[in-house]
Amino acid sequence: MGSSHLRPRTAMAIRARLGFVILLSLFFSATLSTALYEDQVGLADWHHKYIGKVKHAVFHTQKTGRKRVVVSTEENVVASLDLRTGFIFWRNVLGKNDHIDQVDIALGKYVVTLSSGGSILRAWNLPDGQMIWESTLPVSTLSKSSLYVLANMNVGKDNLILVFGGSSIHALSSMDGQIVWRKELSIDSLEIQQIFQPHDSDIINAVGFVGSSEFVVYQISYRTGEVMQQSKASFESGFCGEASLVFDNLVVALDASKSSLVSISFKNEVINFHQINLSDLVPDFSGKVTLLPLKFNGMLAIEIASSILLLRVKGANELEFVEKISHPFAFSDALPLSKEQQAFAILQHDESKIHFKVKSDNDLRNEILKETIQMDSQRGNIEKVFINNYIRTDRTHGFRFLVVMEDHSLLLIQQGEIVWSREDGLASIVDSTTSELPVEKEGVSVAEVEHNLFEWLKGHLLKLKGTLMLASPDEVAAIQAIRLKSSEKNKMTRDHNGFRKLIIVLTRAGKVLALHTGDGRVVWSVLLPALRRSETCGNPFALRVYQWQVPHHHAMHENPSVLVVGRCGHGFDAPGIFSIVDSYTGKVQNSLILEHSVSHIMPLPLTDSTEQRLHLIIDAKLQAHLYPKNSDSLKHFFNEMPNIYWYSVEVEKNKIKGYSLESKAELDTAEEYVFQAKELWSIIFPSESEKIAVTATRKMNEIVHTQAKVVADQDVMYKYVSKNILFVATVAPKAAGEIGSATPEEALLYAYLIDTVSGRILHRVCHQGAQGPVHAVVSENWVVYHYFNLRAHRYEMSVIEIYDQSRADNKDVWKLVLGKHNLTAPVSLYSRPDVMVKSQSYFFTHSVKSMAVTATAKGITSKQLLIGTIGDQVLALDKRFLDPRRSVNPTQSEKEEGIIPLTDSLPIVPQSYITHSLQVEGLRSMVTIPAKLESTTLVFSYGVDLFFTRIAPSRTYDSLTEDFSYALLLITIVVLVAAIFVTWALSEKKELKEKWR
Amino acid sequence: MKLALLLFVVLVSNFLPSSLAAPSSSGDGYAITGRVKVEGMTSKGFGASSKLLNAKIILNGGQNVTFVRADGYFTFHNVPAGTHLIEVAALGYFFSPVRVDISARFPGKIQAALTENRKALHELILEPLREEQYYEIREPFSIMSFLKSPMGLMMGFMLLVIFVMPKLVENMDPEEIRRAQEEMRTNFLPRSS
Repeated sequence: MGSSHLRPRTAMAIRARLGFVILLSLFFSATLSTALYEDQVGLADWHHKYIGKVKHAVFHTQKTGRKRVVVSTEENVVASLDLRTGFIFWRNVLGKNDHIDQVDIALGKYVVTLSSGGSILRAWNLPDGQMIWESTLPVSTLSKSSLYVLANMNVGKDNLILVFGGSSIHALSSMDGQIVWRKELSIDSLEIQQIFQPHDSDIINAVGFVGSSEFVVYQISYRTGEVMQQSKASFESGFCGEASLVFDNLVVALDASKSSLVSISFKNEVINFHQINLSDLVPDFSGKVTLLPLKFNGMLAIEIASSILLLRVKGANELEFVEKISHPFAFSDALPLSKEQQAFAILQHDESKIHFKVKSDNDLRNEILKETIQMDSQRGNIEKVFINNYIRTDRTHGFRFLVVMEDHSLLLIQQGEIVWSREDGLASIVDSTTSELPVEKEGVSVAEVEHNLFEWLKGHLLKLKGTLMLASPDEVAAIQAIRLKSSEKNKMTRDHNGFRKLIIVLTRAGKVLALHTGDGRVVWSVLLPALRRSETCGNPFALRVYQWQVPHHHAMHENPSVLVVGRCGHGFDAPGIFSIVDSYTGKVQNSLILEHSVSHIMPLPLTDSTEQRLHLIIDAKLQAHLYPKNSDSLKHFFNEMPNIYWYSVEVEKNKIKGYSLESKAELDTAEEYVFQAKELWSIIFPSESEKIAVTATRKMNEIVHTQAKVVADQDVMYKYVSKNILFVATVAPKAAGEIGSATPEEALLYAYLIDTVSGRILHRVCHQGAQGPVHAVVSENWVVYHYFNLRAHRYEMSVIEIYDQSRADNKDVWKLVLGKHNLTAPVSLYSRPDVMVKSQSYFFTHSVKSMAVTATAKGITSKQLLIGTIGDQVLALDKRFLDPRRSVNPTQSEKEEGIIPLTDSLPIVPQSYITHSLQVEGLRSMVTIPAKLESTTLVFSYGVDLFFTRIAPSRTYDSLTEDFSYALLLITIVVLVAAIFVTWALSEKKELKEKWR
Repeated sequence: MKLALLLFVVLVSNFLPSSLAAPSSSGDGYAITGRVKVEGMTSKGFGASSKLLNAKIILNGGQNVTFVRADGYFTFHNVPAGTHLIEVAALGYFFSPVRVDISARFPGKIQAALTENRKALHELILEPLREEQYYEIREPFSIMSFLKSPMGLMMGFMLLVIFVMPKLVENMDPEEIRRAQEEMRTNFLPRSS
């Protein structure tokens, strides 16, 4: 493997100097390219764990043991958090379609989750998260399922867990998940609304609606599931399906018109309906009523005309007005304080303050607790609250509030203070970009330098001891501390190597956060006002983030800024949202709701005089809108307009279309910055045999160092390097589903290389018996794609490299001299490009979640593929393993060039996992950012977790490694100097002796 | 082969009682039950259970995900007949994906094979092919590794010059040496005197 370390193209040139190569490879053979020593963990990388937006929370605060809160989130995570610090004790990330419906604690030791639309019930061990049992329930997908853990009936014995949905009830043992009984209530269209257990009885009550007008009550035996009693009654004006259980024998429901409340009382098979007149409570009532879920005995919360009324239910037809609350607010569920008493919390937002109120049913007019705290306005409004109590030393009740905010962050509030907070919005990153840090200001004091020098030397001596394995455990710990502390990497200024940057991420909640690459801390965060729900924009969501202004020449004094693009609602024709945020401070500079929709955003390689990048936004009507809107950008744009082409992929229609812009003159619109698209070409795939599975293009900012590739026998091949290459993979519609749904005979996968300017198909290849999911990455002149081979029943990766043949005969110097070359031949869109394509396929063990390729500043360093595996690890695989020129027996010259003998599968070397022994749970994407140092790429991978590291695909050949021992170098120099003096003295002596002789 | 231990490719056709007239997908399908077994894991000081705590079992590249129970067992329910792929994601171990064929014609017939080495499994006991070491092991200090480092090579070269060159000089003609020494004296003595 000696010469293999010299992968950069520059090294090829010195291939002749074999001796030098051997020497160099000897130098490097002690260290491997991406491999890491265990004590280097955390030096260049950081890993942050998140859980996502909390949906449910259950407290577990017994007198003994750790206090924790068990949560389930929108990222399908079930986690146990330390109630004191917010740290994760354990968490489990379920499959991507396995949404958690509910979570609860059974027997005081198992966490029970109901997921996948009520069809999977799992129990996890509370202390460590190990799965104890798993049960699958047959439920109809049409109705919502709920979970009900019965209160501890017989202490020490098995408890039942009830899962109900539609017309069926399942009772499972909480010990082992076995179904104890199941009851199919044989009525069609029954929707069970609630299940509850009256105090100290062996009977469970189930109430629900049949169709839209009938109300039923079942009394079911706790032990056998037998129906003891059944009663039903119908209500002529019908129900809309919403209901709230107020007492054990009283339900309040909304009628079909959603304009009035109906109280339903039931006792001993007698059901009575009472229409409640709301106009008594609300004088000028009109419109619709919404019933809010408030699980509190004797209380009701309704929403009328955007204000919330708390009502107390005194009897079947008697309501009492308690309090009026305005938006934004949050209720907690009822919390039993003692046998008779229960409490609930109301949180209200008032500008930057949150008022906490806890009421108990003893006295609803007044509060047990009233607190107000200041809240960071960047967290937005309050969304959810969960409440827990503890007994203070004076035997009164104290309360903890677990609060979920609009930006998905999670906070624990106790005694009017935020105990801890988690920035869990970072679990749902939508897009990311980077920004340079400000340039360092001059002026460092001498004292500081001296102090630093001493510290520096001391640190290096320690490190030397470490590398020589002479250090004591204490010293090893000290070394680790020095390394991790290394203030250098966390500075807020630009560094020489370009390792320090800001990663600017956009989360699903519409929050923009800047993370420092040194340790991943949040430098600033802003909840974009434009991406918050408002009257003008009811359902906004975040799309992308782009670099808007990157000043480096003309506008040095200005801060860089990023552009956030969103959409108002989920339709493609919904108006777009535009926000420009300062990259250093997080201040929103400009924010607007566009008049047009956003279907495609094109950052152009052009900037205006203030270095704002030009962006072209294509709307649903195929009009192109130019931003920023100023005459200067228009001027720049007109120069480049004939060269602007783009394409759109319509997956549903199986169509790819290419466009250019129509010149201004042909347009009759008055709008100056709007241009019309002109369709140039379209490719329609036959829908009966092909379906678009994936498309991929080169990254816009990728830099290719050289077009020439020197091959073994001093020959040159020219890469077909084009920005306009589009890779498209199509699969047979029959095999478009998951693995296991198709046979090898029906599966087909076509890979296309398409030129997006001319619409020409440069290459097409068919893989028999292959199916998706397909993941692809395009870089320079090659494509690598991952798919499933049904014949071998293994995953496969293929590489296609494309070379330009038209320039292949330009190598003869004499021809160039005599002018017989074709360099001046006109290059035309219409002439068929003379390309040569090479490809090869290999087996790959794992399923893949995402693929990326390393990017370096000048494109000299050889490339590595980054493969996000199904196990949420990121594997760095050298591009040399995916080289179509690999053969079983490479010739000597090929070996010298670094061609690896062909094997049928790609190697997975555990040391080349860049995530080493960590997992990026829920991995979705990897982003590569070139550092200033040519050898190094920064890699930011995100999913539920965030992981950042820097890798050097061909080793850090242009700088000394972190591990370089300066102390050893110094010692060597000192020893050498000493040796010189000693030998000098000795020779003097000798000479003297000689003279005396 | 040790067949003493458990089998467990339990195949239950219509796992759920058919009395339930549930629409389509919920009632039919088969159950695949298997076991993840890791032996001799205590070598690194981790207990077996704690290491496999978060082992995930993945069906068909993420279609279904389940977890390993404390005893190592796992089950996928409602899997239709066909050829499927099961992967084990456990940090620290390399598991081969497993091809599982559920026969539609003979309900109850199931075949499993490792895809990496095409080894057929008689029972669905999944064992790691190897342990994965994510870090380079730091070699203890040795003369060889030091000599191989750039510094070592530099020193070695210098030592070579110091000790081998005089030997070369000794082999030279005494006359020549004298001449050379003379030359050196004329060059250096004026400075030292």
